[in-house]
Amino acid sequence: MNKKKPWYDYLWIYTPVYLCLGMFNILFAWLGMIEFIVPLMISIFGGGKLFCNRYCGRGQLFDLLGNKLKLSRHQAPPKFLTSLWFRYGFLTFFMTMFILMILSSVQVFSGTQNLKEVVTILWTFKVPWQFAYHGTNYSMGIAQFAFGMYSIMLTSSLLGFITMLLYKPRSWCVYCPMGTMTQTICKLKKGGTSHGDAS
Amino acid sequence: MSKYIAVVGKRCVACGVCMNVCPKHAIKVENGIKAVVDKSLCIGCGICVKMCPAGIIDKAERRNHE
Repeated sequence: MNKKKPWYDYLWIYTPVYLCLGMFNILFAWLGMIEFIVPLMISIFGGGKLFCNRYCGRGQLFDLLGNKLKLSRHQAPPKFLTSLWFRYGFLTFFMTMFILMILSSVQVFSGTQNLKEVVTILWTFKVPWQFAYHGTNYSMGIAQFAFGMYSIMLTSSLLGFITMLLYKPRSWCVYCPMGTMTQTICKLKKGGTSHGDAS
Repeated sequence: MSKYIAVVGKRCVACGVCMNVCPKHAIKVENGIKAVVDKSLCIGCGICVKMCPAGIIDKAERRNHE
């Protein structure tokens, strides 16, 4: 008898829907905040890494692409990818870029900078995205944040897709900044990190 | 008792992939920190070894007292 899949096994739909919505109206990019806030809240309030373990739609999508569609090479990732210096280095870089994106949105909000209708892929390549911007009733800063948020989500999806192809389906989980952050919260809550984990 | 057993390495990222694929529910992510193998349930099938995205789970020979 086939066991019915739980609802959360279908959360992989979230990522493609999110990326598509951002092509029609960039303001939908604000929905990306769910993937920032929910994992943090779960780990802060004692749920550990339940988000990664069960509710991460992106992880499920890579699992689907890599295992079901057999797009992954299923090779072990290079050792540096799992090292703490790389994971925390990437988290630091990611959060720095996130803060810079917020500062840029604040500047647009205050009128000291014009709205840039571009999506930046891999923090470098600026792609014109004005076709998905139809104005806003609120401040332009809201739209600037949406462009920045979509850039982050698209970039992380792209990185995850590439490592899915090269290594194992869920290789993104190894260096995902949210995963690193929630694991750190869990370690801190438990009362300090295990010294044996340092690498 | 099976001849082999899964052993989780130090660099576990607690993603939970091993926990979700284990046919015997022998691995749990403890406190969101690390995956832990229940030696009494593990049959050493090696599915977790194959699926671990970090490549930090090994299949080792079970010692007599395990």
